[in-house]
Amino acid sequence: MPQEPLLSVSNLSVSFRSESGLVRAVRGVSYDVRPGELLGIVGESGSGKSVSSLAIMNLLPGHAQVSGSARLNGQELIGRSDEELSAIRGKQIAMVFQDPLSALTPVYTVGEQIAEAVLVHEQVSKAAAKDRAVQLLELVGIPNATQRASAFPHEFSGGMRQRVMIAMAIANAPALIIADEPTTALDVTIQAQILDVLQTARKVTGAAIVLITHDLGVIAGVADRVAVMYAGTIVETGTVDELFYTPRMPYTLGLLGSIPRADAGARQPLTPIEGTPPSMVALPSGCPFRPRCPMRQDVCAEREPELLPIEGDGGPDARSVRLQPDPPGGPEGPQLQAGATNDQRPTTNDHRASCHFRDDIERRGLTSRDIFVAPAPTELARVLGARETRPTMLAVRDLVKAYPLMKGAVLRRKVGEVRAVDGVSFDIREGETLGLVGESGCGKTTTIMEILNLEKPLSGSIQVLGKDTASMTRADRFAIRRDLQVVFQDPMASLDPRLPIGDILAEPLRAHGVPDAQVSRRIRELLQLVGLQPEHVNRYPQAFSGGQRQRVGIARALALEPKVLVLDEPVSALDVSVRAGVINLLERLRAQLGLSYLFVAHDLAVVRHIADRIAVMYLGRIIETGTVDEVFDAPAHPYTQALLSAIPLPDPRKERQRVRIVLKGDLPSPANPPSGCRFRTRCQTFGALTEAQRQTCINEPPALAPRTGSADHLDACHWATVETVL
Amino acid sequence: MAGFLLRRLLYLVCLVVIATSASYFLAATQLNPRARYEGRNPPPPSAVVDATLDQLNMNDKVPVLTRYQRWAGDLLRGNLGRTIDNQPVNDEIGRRMWVSLRLVLIGALVGTFLGVAAGAYGAVTQYQLSDRLLTVFSFVTLSIPAVVLGVLFKNAGIGINNLLGFRLLYTTGEMTPGLDPWTVTGLLNRTAHLVLPSLVLIVIAVAFYGRYQRNAMLDVLGSDFLRTARAKGLSRTRALIKHGLRTALIPMATFFAYEFALLFVGATFTERLFGWHGMGEYFVNSVTKNDVNSVAGVTLFVGVLVLIAGFLSDLAYAALDPRVRV
Repeated sequence: MPQEPLLSVSNLSVSFRSESGLVRAVRGVSYDVRPGELLGIVGESGSGKSVSSLAIMNLLPGHAQVSGSARLNGQELIGRSDEELSAIRGKQIAMVFQDPLSALTPVYTVGEQIAEAVLVHEQVSKAAAKDRAVQLLELVGIPNATQRASAFPHEFSGGMRQRVMIAMAIANAPALIIADEPTTALDVTIQAQILDVLQTARKVTGAAIVLITHDLGVIAGVADRVAVMYAGTIVETGTVDELFYTPRMPYTLGLLGSIPRADAGARQPLTPIEGTPPSMVALPSGCPFRPRCPMRQDVCAEREPELLPIEGDGGPDARSVRLQPDPPGGPEGPQLQAGATNDQRPTTNDHRASCHFRDDIERRGLTSRDIFVAPAPTELARVLGARETRPTMLAVRDLVKAYPLMKGAVLRRKVGEVRAVDGVSFDIREGETLGLVGESGCGKTTTIMEILNLEKPLSGSIQVLGKDTASMTRADRFAIRRDLQVVFQDPMASLDPRLPIGDILAEPLRAHGVPDAQVSRRIRELLQLVGLQPEHVNRYPQAFSGGQRQRVGIARALALEPKVLVLDEPVSALDVSVRAGVINLLERLRAQLGLSYLFVAHDLAVVRHIADRIAVMYLGRIIETGTVDEVFDAPAHPYTQALLSAIPLPDPRKERQRVRIVLKGDLPSPANPPSGCRFRTRCQTFGALTEAQRQTCINEPPALAPRTGSADHLDACHWATVETVL
Repeated sequence: MAGFLLRRLLYLVCLVVIATSASYFLAATQLNPRARYEGRNPPPPSAVVDATLDQLNMNDKVPVLTRYQRWAGDLLRGNLGRTIDNQPVNDEIGRRMWVSLRLVLIGALVGTFLGVAAGAYGAVTQYQLSDRLLTVFSFVTLSIPAVVLGVLFKNAGIGINNLLGFRLLYTTGEMTPGLDPWTVTGLLNRTAHLVLPSLVLIVIAVAFYGRYQRNAMLDVLGSDFLRTARAKGLSRTRALIKHGLRTALIPMATFFAYEFALLFVGATFTERLFGWHGMGEYFVNSVTKNDVNSVAGVTLFVGVLVLIAGFLSDLAYAALDPRVRV
């Protein structure tokens, strides 16, 4: 039975004037939000997902031109005066923004800021509002709420600040909460906490939530319905199951096929979407996805498809008959048995897609692998023997890096030290990828910076290609840098904007004395190798998209034919749809050139996809290491289990069945780590241990040792027990 | 925190000592008080000149270090020495600093307030007519020397008086001599004297603060926390004032601290033009009169105020921005 919608958006358009022309950021968006439901809006950066929500709240800058309609409980919001909307904002619609540091005013305490939200809408005393603020802080899980209410935003961690934002949003029990990328800036375990708090907030207030995100995994677990946005418009909408299991718009199909999954065992190349999202100034005629769509026909250029229902999309029974199970070996995708109606989510008839061939896709039951071409696995340059027989390319033993902790402005003095890396050991054999993972602050970046320094470490040793950095001369270091190269996270910041890419690529070659005649030949080779056109050699970095720039960064790293590549979060700054292309490129290069990778990332799904082995770091130490399959399928350390359990999977049914391990609190300060096992303060199994066992955790730091039966799978937990969480 | 402030204070005192000593040496070696006596007609006997200069501690025949020693010794007892006209420098400064304050205070307060308001308003209405007019006003004012501006206002005042046919605005002095300042007539008379110089100071302050405040406000305008405040239900104006302007005042703290500590120093050109006998006038006159002790005294006075200002600006910063509090 159709309910009256709470929010009804129809034909909403937003445009901005810019120097290069009219930017049509949102082009005719329509959707409904029913009371109490959670609508997920998914899209890449620039798809108009945030702009459309800000337009509803009239929070866009003054030069934005907004047209169309948005009705909240029947009352029109678009075109209302600021005064009238102020009475609605915060009272009936509340918002949670992405970056909780910049979203809170730095000069007021969090208690004051929450109390303010109450005071604007209610005639209560200041003291009552303050009490209310403390209650709200308790509700969102801030310990010692009474004291913490008088702390300033900068005294909170990122996750805690986001809790404050949620407390502020629910202060007046709104009917609708718009959460704009609420977990994007957060670590995965903190993301799990915040999604939990958001669910609590929903239960307490009964509010409907519009959750805006680029992460399909986040949506899969919590949303009732999903709208996918591309180029300023909704291209597909439906229930979460319809969208994830039977997507009917090629963009959605491509997006789902291009994301690596943490629960995928067998490694297959991802199916990337070619090209990049279009510029909103000069949209192609017809379907905006046409230039990237393998299914495009003449009709696609002639007119833009409307968002229309899929014919014969009758219900789960009707669909399941047509569904083809995935190719064997891939557990992803639909595993729906005929008549799987025990699912509690309602199936509606409003699965719509804007593609001329939606019915065709429906009839033939096409999957992303049918539409998008996955590259064939690259032949290895040469067959590698067993791991033990291969030479070690990079060996790190008991590495320690400490920073002094200084105090005093005039007379600075050392009051202690922060051991950012405290006894880290690993090695990388030829042709192997080691994924180094952990949350921010765990010391993974410090580790790779120590390796790239090629200096004698404070304690421990680093060996590159068998040579110890402690005994290297300047000339040795210079020579070894040919073999050890790095690709950085942010392709915008790591390329000099004043140099054409040809010069950027020539720099390492000239520095190492490659003759000029060979330099230009090598540059062309490199550009071809990373899938860029050699004719673009004279273009500047700003002429390239993010994905292309990262390819330039990879080409630069490869210029001197290195043997080991350090990759520092190489895809985390990229849009979802271009990520797969770069990941595939890295895989192809490794096979083709026989490279070894040290792959640093916080995204575990990417690591599972690309790495052979994995090392999990927590507070400066490796707490579990082994092959990816061992660690992902049979994690032994409670932290690894929590980390893996926090990864949202782009699979709604699996998500609903999973029980998430939500860790307590934040990362302790590395300046003052807990005694014994560093993880014990947040450990989910600590509470279930006997008193004697707990004493061991408190007094003895656990060593990295094989405890699971496999000699290669090490963990640092006194009471390790394997638990499957994916 | 107390330890930090104490260390900071010690450091500032060292700075004051170095700065005033340097300025004493500069004044004592470069100014020539003897010329003032030798230029008289008939010139007094050199023994008399020497005796007078010795008494004033300004005799260039005495080694400069010895003079400095005596000056510093007096200073430690709180005595800044005597002017070239044989008056205590202490008294002179003690009288004139209040004249300067009376002249500058109202102009500074009103000018700062209006400047902050104009700057904030200009930022909010960026590139609109009001913002462009304010920008033009600021640049024109800042590019005119204060002397020219003062003369323009003075002439305008005289013009108004002529137009009205009676003397509404006074262009010289603090008040008409002989009036009791604490009667209604006296206060009105003071006000009539204060209008023109205050206007000059206000116009300059508005132009100056307007520019800086506009930039500080523009930095804040696009920030996410303003959007949060509006999402809570604050109207645009209220969010702009309570969250925007409050935050945009932080970088201005330094300017405010210096301005208010230096109120006693006065405004040299305005004082000279409008005939107020304040600190600015004193300093210029001292230099022309080769008055070593007065120049050193004023420099010390200003130096101490600048350091107080530095201290105030640290305190103001900490008061305005919780992020820098220790």
